[in-house]
Formats: sequence, C-alpha cells, structure tokens
Amino acid sequence: MSTMQLVVNGKSREVDVPDDMPLLWVLRDELGIMGPKYGCGIAMCGSCTVHINGAPVRSCSIPASAVWGEVTTIEGLGTPAALHAVQKAWIDNQVAQCGYCQPGQIMSATALLAANPNPSDADIDTAMSGNLCRCGAYPRIRQAIKSAASELPELE
Amino acid sequence: MGRLKTITRRTLLIGSAAVAGGVVFGYWRYKTPYENPLLAELTKDQVALTPYVRIDQAGITIIAPRAEMGQGIHTTLAALVAEELEVSLDDVKVEHGPASKAYYNGVMLEEGLPWSALDSSKTAENVRALTHVPAKMLGMQITGGSSSTPDAFIKMRKAGAAARIVLLQAAAKKLKLEAASLSTANGYIVAPDGSRLAYTDIAAMAAEIEPPRDPALKPQAEWKILGHSLPRVDMLAKCTGTAEFAIDMQLPGMLHATVKMNPKLGGEMLSYDASRAETMPGVEKIVPLAGGVAVIASNTWLAFKAADAIEFDWGDAPYPETSAKQFRVLEDAFQGSEDSQFRDDGDVDKAFADATIFEGEYRVPYLAHATMEPLCAVALLDEDRLDIWAGNQNPTQAVKEGAKITAIDAENIHVHTTLMGGGFGRRSEMDFIKLAVMVAKTSPGIPVKTTWSREEDMRHDTYRPPAIARFKAAVADGTAMALDLRISSPSVTSSAMGRLGIPAAGPDVAIVQAAWDQPYAIPNYRVTGFRPPEMLPISFWRAVGASQNGFFHESAIDELAHAAGTDPMEMRLSLISDDSSRKVLEAVARMSNWGAELAPGVGRGVAFVMSFGVPVAEVIEVADTPLGIKILKVFAAVDVGTALDPRNIEAQVQSGINFGLAAAINGEITVADGAVEQSNFHNYAVIRMQQAPAIEVKILENGDKIRGIGEPGTPPAAPALANAIFAATGNRIRELPLQKHIKFE
Repeated sequence: MSTMQLVVNGKSREVDVPDDMPLLWVLRDELGIMGPKYGCGIAMCGSCTVHINGAPVRSCSIPASAVWGEVTTIEGLGTPAALHAVQKAWIDNQVAQCGYCQPGQIMSATALLAANPNPSDADIDTAMSGNLCRCGAYPRIRQAIKSAASELPELE
Repeated sequence: MGRLKTITRRTLLIGSAAVAGGVVFGYWRYKTPYENPLLAELTKDQVALTPYVRIDQAGITIIAPRAEMGQGIHTTLAALVAEELEVSLDDVKVEHGPASKAYYNGVMLEEGLPWSALDSSKTAENVRALTHVPAKMLGMQITGGSSSTPDAFIKMRKAGAAARIVLLQAAAKKLKLEAASLSTANGYIVAPDGSRLAYTDIAAMAAEIEPPRDPALKPQAEWKILGHSLPRVDMLAKCTGTAEFAIDMQLPGMLHATVKMNPKLGGEMLSYDASRAETMPGVEKIVPLAGGVAVIASNTWLAFKAADAIEFDWGDAPYPETSAKQFRVLEDAFQGSEDSQFRDDGDVDKAFADATIFEGEYRVPYLAHATMEPLCAVALLDEDRLDIWAGNQNPTQAVKEGAKITAIDAENIHVHTTLMGGGFGRRSEMDFIKLAVMVAKTSPGIPVKTTWSREEDMRHDTYRPPAIARFKAAVADGTAMALDLRISSPSVTSSAMGRLGIPAAGPDVAIVQAAWDQPYAIPNYRVTGFRPPEMLPISFWRAVGASQNGFFHESAIDELAHAAGTDPMEMRLSLISDDSSRKVLEAVARMSNWGAELAPGVGRGVAFVMSFGVPVAEVIEVADTPLGIKILKVFAAVDVGTALDPRNIEAQVQSGINFGLAAAINGEITVADGAVEQSNFHNYAVIRMQQAPAIEVKILENGDKIRGIGEPGTPPAAPALANAIFAATGNRIRELPLQKHIKFE
C-alpha cells in the first residue's frame, strides 16, 4: 500500500492503494468516477480508455502508481450541460446503442482528432481498432468522427 | 385442415405450461387487468394514471418496462405513450419502472408456434391469440424475441390515450366546460379561449377518474412522433459517461464481490484452499457456494485478485468433455427419431429417385454472448426486504429467484432494472442475479456488488448451441427441384425453460427456426429437426435458431442456384411469391446494382432470411486481396410492417449485421477437458473498426403487421458473406467460423 497523488479531471486526489492496483479500479472503486468501464482487464477492448496528458491509455492495464501525468476521463471531457465537440458529434449522429463502450470510444476519438484533425478512413481504423463495440455501432462511430473533424474550428 | 390435427399430434414445447395457464385461470381472469404496480410506490404528490404514466408537480414520467440493452426500446416505447398523451419526448422522463406482472409480454409465445409468420389463416391467428392467455397468466415481464414493439404497439398507445382522456375529463370538470370543447397539445389542456392548463396541475383530479379500458387511437396519418426518427432518450447520458449500468451502482457502505465457479459447467466443487486469498489485504470474506466460491472485498480488483489466488479441486463436467465428442453427439442424433418435421412439401424421396442428387454438411460451433458489460448485479438484504439492481431481461423472474433464496415475500423484493451494457439474450438468464443475492445474504444490511471477471463471464455463459445441418438437393430446368434439410442441435428452449422451472415437452421450433418456414416454393421441400441432449447450458442468443439456420438454409439455396446455373438473386425471386419478401430482395438488388460487372477478385453474395416475421435480404460484397478477404460493402433491406423510428431501425440492422459478421468470421467457443477454452477478447475475437464495413439499409413497410427489428438483421449476414466468398474465390465454406478456412484481412 502506498499513498499517491493523482490529478483527475483537473482535481488533485489522494489515494491509499496497493502499488499494482490498476488506474481503472482506483478511478471506479476508490474515487467513484464511473465513466471509464471495465470490459476485459487486459487492454483488449478499450472500454476503460482515459487520457494521460492527452494520450489515450487503457486504464485497466496501467498501475495507478505508474501514472505519469494528468488523467482525464469522459467526465472531464465535457458534461451534459457543456458538451465537448466530439460528444456533440456523437449525439448528433445518434451513435450509442447500449452505450457501455462509448466513453472509451469517445476518449479514443478525441485523442485521434487532437493529433490528427482530418483523419482518413485508414487513420480512423488504426486509432479506433482498440475499442470494441459489441452493438456494432462502428458505421456511426466513423461518421461521428468525420463530422466532428469537419467542425474542427470548434475544437480547441 | 391438416394443421389442426397436427397441433394435437405435436404438443408444442411451450405448450404444456401454456395450456395449463389457460385451463387453470380461464378467460375471465385473462380479461381482468393486473393492478397498476405504480400505485404501491407513489410518493406524496405523485399520481399514476395508468401503469405507464406517472405525474407529479415536477413533470411527467413514462414507464418503458422493457430491458434497454442498446436496441433503443425505451425511446420507442415512450414514443408510443407520448404520441397519444400529446406530450413531447423532450418534456418527459423515461424509466424502466418496477418488476410487475402488469408489464407481462403478451406476444412472446407466438414465436414458438409451428406456424410461419406469413400464415395468416384463421387457424394460425386463433392459435396465436390463444398464446396470449398463458402469456398473461405467466405474467413474465420478459424482453426478447424482437417482441417488445409488437407487444406494446397497441397497449402502450392505449395507455397514453386513456391518460389523456382522464386529464381532459378532469380539466372539463375544473373549467366547467364540455370535455369535447377542449383539446390537448404538448402536455397542456387547451380551452376554447386559448387558455392552457398543464397536465401536472390537474393530474391529481384526473387520478380520481377511472381510465377507459379501450380508448380510440389516432389514425396513423395524424402521428406527430411515431414514424419519425427520434433522438434517443438515453443518448446524452451515454455520451457523457453519466448513464448508469448495474456495474456503476454506488451505494453507501457497499462491498465488492466476485465469483469463481466450476468451469466444467454444472460440476461440483470438491474442495478449495483459500488460505492465501484469506490473508490478502482488503478481503472481507470468502464464501463457499454450490459449485464455487464468492470473494467479498473492499474493491473489485482485490476481489478478482483474491479469487485468482484460490486453489480448487473441481468435479467433472456432466457432459462429454471435448468439442469433438460433443459434435459426435450431434451426429448421433441424426440416427434417432425426429424432433420435428414442420415442412414436408411434395415428395422429396420420390423426387430424388430420378434425379442427380448433390449433398453437403454444414456446421456451426457454440457462441458466447460476450456483452461489453460483464455480468454484474448488486443486492442488499435488509431484514425483511431485498433490493436487487441488475441489468436484466426478466425482472419478474428475478423477484421469484430472490424469494426462493431469501424466503422474503415477493412484495418486499424490489428489482431495479438498470441500463444494460449489451444483452443479446444473456441477461434473460438468472444465474448472475441469483449469485449476487446469495452473496448479499451472507452480509445482511450491507449492499454487495457482485461483478464477474471477463474470464468468468466468457467461460460461464449460456451459449448459442452448436448445430450440424445435412442437405440433399436436386435441380431441374434451371431451378431448385428438391431440397431436404436435416438439422441437429440441442434445444435452447428446453434448456432455458428448464432453468426457469417451466415444464417443456414436445418439439422445439427453435431447432428449425428460419429453415422450415421460409417462403420458398420449392416443389419437393422437407425440413426435419433432430434433438441431441443438452451439453453446455445453452440459451437465447441474438436471433436464436435463425442465427445458425439462416446460414444453413441460405447457403444451401445458393448451392442450388449455382448447381442450376441460375443467378442466385433471380432464383430466389422466382421461388418466392410473398410480396413483402420479394420486395426486400428487389430493393437490395437495386441498392447493390446486382448484376453489374465487378472488378477482378470481387464477389457478391445474397441471402434472404425471414425471422421474427421480418423478411430481410442482404447483399455483401467482398474482395479477395493478398492480405485476405476484405468486406467492401453491405446492403440490407428489411420490412417491419410499420417503421416507428427509421433511424433507430437502421442502427439495429447495422448492429445485427455486425453481430452476425463477428460470429461468422471469428466466433467459436470450444470445449476441452470439460471447460470452455476461450476466456477473453484475445481468444474470442469479435469484429473491430478496421473490419466493420459500410452498411446501407433500406426500410420497407409492406408487411401487414408491425414487427421488431432487434434480431432479424443478424441471420442473413453469415450466409451472404459465405456466398460472397464463394463468388469471389470459388471456395464454398460450410463451417463457421470462416477464418478456420480462409484468411481475412
């Protein structure tokens, strides 16, 4: 066990957890931040995707003690009252079905668009293939990424 | 006709329970409505005008009592009420509501009948209507069988209309005007002088008035909400991480548990050694259960870790311990007596006597549901009350199971049905709820969340059964002359009904679903079902029997077309006379520009499957590339009779197709040493973004009844893909998953 400091969604948080406890479970069970989801525990499904200093990371497979920067979860991206442009594109395109994988999808898509404001289909394939969707909402995920890209001036 | 005689001959599988229900309770009881379950739970200032409409000063809540597992049903059901109640969906809250027999599924048993959905004869319609009686008596609030929309289409509009009428009557009384002089719009009563009275202000008065049982409904031409693409009521929450699944429940003082059960499914736990796990920090308790243990800890990860540290001595599996041996059981069943033969047109044996016969054997494996949210439920046992939070497709059954485990009266058991991170049939099972209640029973007064690891979920599923199909066929004059299809597969219906404690005897329509009832006029045409014993526990998996039989039947039809030297699309059109079925084929041919010249290495396949009453035609285009098969494009045309929300229907068809493609390409659960070998998404691969094709969907409305669309998109995907691979490569693949036989990009 060790006490560690994490910055999550702009707030400094102190947790006292085992060194090898994955970030995902620290967020969910210790800090009550439920947006990142448990899907596989082995970085195969992407449901747990968060950003560390803006880079997409599978939070199920990184110990909280190894986190090297500020953590952003879907809750820190935007809120129902103040949506991020990618969340808005998701809603405009009515992407979600069961919705369980969508926080991870949106975090991956946001990181993609931040690095590559005008992704090709192949870029989308590469960036998004780590995120599974059992509802098969892939056509609309692709469409939403493209529509967010076209609105890019709105992205900061 | 002969049909009636055959009912008496064939006791239906669902029949025994069904008939008992009707006989015991009688028709009068059927006509008596269930009590409004909302009345028992109202807080001060709330009123419930019908079981679907609750109003208080803060606003209007519509109860949408079916499992929202991604199919958009909460939006569609709320729209049915809102249309007649004259409220905007933006202005209402939508909730699943309590578990209650009042929300029974009235039409689900229809799917188990040996009458084709296209059979609108008086006998067929009478028998369908007969199933509504036991459906009500069983009182099962179940989501499945693509039945939610057809079941709700009239009753939830009537609920909205009845609520509107009592609101109008209350307003008339208050304003001292004739009700007929008042109108309604957007949650308000409008008086002749234009003044408005909010529903919320007269709801209390309206609740004093008995709602009419059979109010008139708006003609379709006057619909303002239905028939239009609606923003989903759950979309904002699902895109902001604020949607609450069972796994997201947080309760004060809650503990976190997981289970580790015998991977030889149904086998005993002989012994276990938890000495190491018990000393791990954060572990509260390790509890033996029948067939495994639960670990209760201060967080989920610790519970997983401790469970992995336990050593077990597992008892043997009660079934043959390898896939090869299990498939032999399926082969042997062909030697036994038939389970069903619902189709026997012409004289197949005679037709074969003078013809050149060709034949083949098809196979499909077990499949897992693999919902994105692993199974999870929260339970709290507090003295004489039990609360269960679970994403589940059968909350009235959850009450029964909770009562059995805790001996608490059903009226003190409260099931809170959350959003579901996928269902596909898996969450109609009760295992994960029962285990959560057993765990909570060991910690009274403390809420406990029991989360299965992905590995536990994958290896303890109730699987889509394996199946073998053998066909013989003959062609004449450029078309199909004879087809004999024999299918061997364990009975999903008796496996699932057995776990629910509902007796099931007689043939299982699911074994031959979407094979025996297809609208082809092949002159000599026989479909026979064979029923090997259940081995791994099996259950409803998106599209059920149609998920495998669509592949068998439509691959065989494709083989017939090629043997006859006829274009597969043309042959299907020449053999199908049903109007709405023809039209989906014609539509998909137009959309795909069927018959156009294709680039070298590119091939197209077509498949037509009618399941759950929905005719669906799909064309898939593939390229044979140096890296493997690449799916270029999918075209689909479906006929739902009446399309309530076109954009959501499109999403469901795309979803069903991707689900079918995932299974067709990669899906395979195998058994070794009595246990399932696959454990996570690295060895149970599903479709990912780079493989997921563009899917164009056309929705038609020629059918005479409204139909549900959660499942029918799935069955044609595998055969359309396999037929396309044959067209592109000449390789006829008769076993799924396809990647065992051909490489995919």
